[in-house]
Amino acid sequence: MDAEPLTVNGSADLSEVARVARGALEGVPATPGAGKPDPIMTAVGVRRSFGGIVAVDVDRVEIQRGSITALIGPNGAGKTTFFNLMTGFDAPDTGAWSFNGTSLEKVAAHRTAAMGMVRTFQLTKSLTKMSVIENMKLGATGQRGEKWWNGVLPFRWRAQETAIEARADELLARFSLDHMRDEYAGTLSGGQRKLLEMSRALMTNPQLVMLDEPMAGVNPALKQSLNKHIRGLRDEGMTVLFVEHDMDMVHDLSDWVIVMAEGRIIAEGTPDQISSNTAVIDAYLGTNQGKSLLEDM
Amino acid sequence: MLAAFSDMNWQLIATATLTAVFGVDAMYFAIAAIGLNVQFGYAGLLNFGQAGFMACGAYAIGMTAHYWNISFWWGIPMAIGYATVFGLIMGIPTLRLRSDYLAIVTIALAELLRLIVRSVTFKKYFNGSDGINGFGKTFTEETPFNPSGKYSLWPFDQNANLFGRVMLLLIFSVASVMVGRMIADRLRGPREKLRVILPVVIFALVMLGAKQTEYGGLGFKSLIVGWLVVFVIGALIYMLMRSPWGRVIKGIREDEEAVRSLGKNIYSYKLQALILGGAIATFGGMMFSLSRGSVQPDNYSRDTTFFVLTALVLGGLAKVTGSIVGPMLYWGISQFISVFLFELTQAWGGRVEIFGVPLITSSSQIGAWVQGLLGLMLVLLMVFRPQGLFGNRKEMALDGR
Ligand SMILES: Nc1ncnc2c1ncn2[C@@H]1O[C@H](COP(=O)(O)OP(=O)(O)OP(=O)(O)O)[C@@H](O)[C@H]1O
Ligand SMILES: [Mg+2]
Repeated sequence: MDAEPLTVNGSADLSEVARVARGALEGVPATPGAGKPDPIMTAVGVRRSFGGIVAVDVDRVEIQRGSITALIGPNGAGKTTFFNLMTGFDAPDTGAWSFNGTSLEKVAAHRTAAMGMVRTFQLTKSLTKMSVIENMKLGATGQRGEKWWNGVLPFRWRAQETAIEARADELLARFSLDHMRDEYAGTLSGGQRKLLEMSRALMTNPQLVMLDEPMAGVNPALKQSLNKHIRGLRDEGMTVLFVEHDMDMVHDLSDWVIVMAEGRIIAEGTPDQISSNTAVIDAYLGTNQGKSLLEDM
Repeated sequence: MLAAFSDMNWQLIATATLTAVFGVDAMYFAIAAIGLNVQFGYAGLLNFGQAGFMACGAYAIGMTAHYWNISFWWGIPMAIGYATVFGLIMGIPTLRLRSDYLAIVTIALAELLRLIVRSVTFKKYFNGSDGINGFGKTFTEETPFNPSGKYSLWPFDQNANLFGRVMLLLIFSVASVMVGRMIADRLRGPREKLRVILPVVIFALVMLGAKQTEYGGLGFKSLIVGWLVVFVIGALIYMLMRSPWGRVIKGIREDEEAVRSLGKNIYSYKLQALILGGAIATFGGMMFSLSRGSVQPDNYSRDTTFFVLTALVLGGLAKVTGSIVGPMLYWGISQFISVFLFELTQAWGGRVEIFGVPLITSSSQIGAWVQGLLGLMLVLLMVFRPQGLFGNRKEMALDGR
């Protein structure tokens, strides 16, 4: 595999873009709800409850453009629900949120994708009865052939289709899925499906990629190369927001970390600041066990 | 017992069966099944109201004579208009909900539509339970066929004209190649050879079968036109399902959320599929009415919906070939069982008894046996070949993962 050695905080071989991204976050205070110099996404007072459970109750959060931001927190913290709210898959009880300065209240889920904000799912959603390449091509936006009246007029979409296919093949090669190109997606392994879902999301040409546990079930060697791919996305100018439980991964990959617990943002900061934050450790393990995790990190 | 079999009129059984395979019922079912396939097979929409859409077509064409007094050709745009309205009424409230809601609403609305068109209150528009007769005269009268003559689908029939011959040969050969290749691709063995041999064999069988058919001249024109409609619509859907539009539709069947996350307006696509499938079904209603020269409300009951669904499942979902061959086999088999049992009853002196158990004591019981045996056949199909005759086993196998 083309795995690279794990460095303590991933800073050994930082790209130029990464240095700029981290530099921009340098002056940001490590407090929940901290304002960012150039936020691509902002959520204010977003609250969602299911019956008695308040799943999400975020006073304020901003995601810095061009950075890799990790969203962490214990199981049931509300991370997935927060993703659903931001992308229009669920509606909050109250709150306002915007993407690129445009309010996303009452914007349907499919429009958020067209605006450049794409998400993946914690439980992978590959379209199993379609081939891998068809899965990929489905991801491209603005396809003329997706209008029913154009469907039977191949000359109106053939050229676009060829271009889309070329781009899909490129992405498949990048994510080492090219050998599965013509297989049913249902024949892929769990980890391969994660890769397929992520590369399919990239077919939409997003500005903001929201990945819900992209590494879950992926083998360590592949994790390393996925890691590289995610950094590659940032280096190409995309913003990445990802949910992850593996602290090494978070530390290695992210420019900024946001911690959720019981629906609220309890801490924010650089990976180093977060790993020494006792509130975070308490949230994960209960009050008295903080020390052992600190040593882990 | 064996003597009885040799007494039976096998020639008649063969003719009746093959006539049904290519007959009007198979033709209009095939059109409706292509439509249902778009909705159910490809998009996964549980439409149990296909008879309602067929009625939209039948009544659109009937009303041109009964109410509007205009050329029956206006029936086509009107049918599409009715289907659109009907589809919107069905789809708008339900397509955002879970799929079961659509099923319930479609079954109810199709029944409601039938009750409205047969009601006394709206007799002025739809002529109540008498139905509408005597429309499309220009269509039926301007026919090259002799109304009292007998015709077959054999392309070299002495009665056939050049155009008919060419069309029949074309349809038979294209269909044989499509079906033959499809079967060849499913079989193990020397595929390349099978891809040549099977179409030839099927073509020969179809030609032999066509020679056995026998139709009255009165509805023969609508039969020919109807199969042409099947052919054209089938080809269009085949293309559409291979287009990016079809890709979105197939994606929706599997996982709406995934497709939505990629920026597609699921709700709109589902409405499009529902209405497109419905608009196709109206052609089934139109062709059936034209072949009879009459529209009867009770032809569009729930039974029709479920028979079309049965025929489609028999052929195999999400395959254009399946949606056409399914209805042909459905009607062929049911006619075969029916005529076979009739002949058997005749040959055995009016009763069928096995080990002293009287199974059939009068020919009026045959209808029930046909239904029962068809049902049994469907159960066996579901057990041994759940994907239908032409469905894709590989795709079925991916379900559980
Ligand atoms: N549809 C729902 N109905 C009821 N409760 C829900 C629903 N979705 C989420 N919840 C509740 O909201 C809370 C947050 O769930 P969520 O899935 O957002 O957690 P998470 O942070 O993604 O957890 P994990 O790390 O395990 O994926 C949980 O208590 C969960 O039970
Ligand atoms: Mg989650």
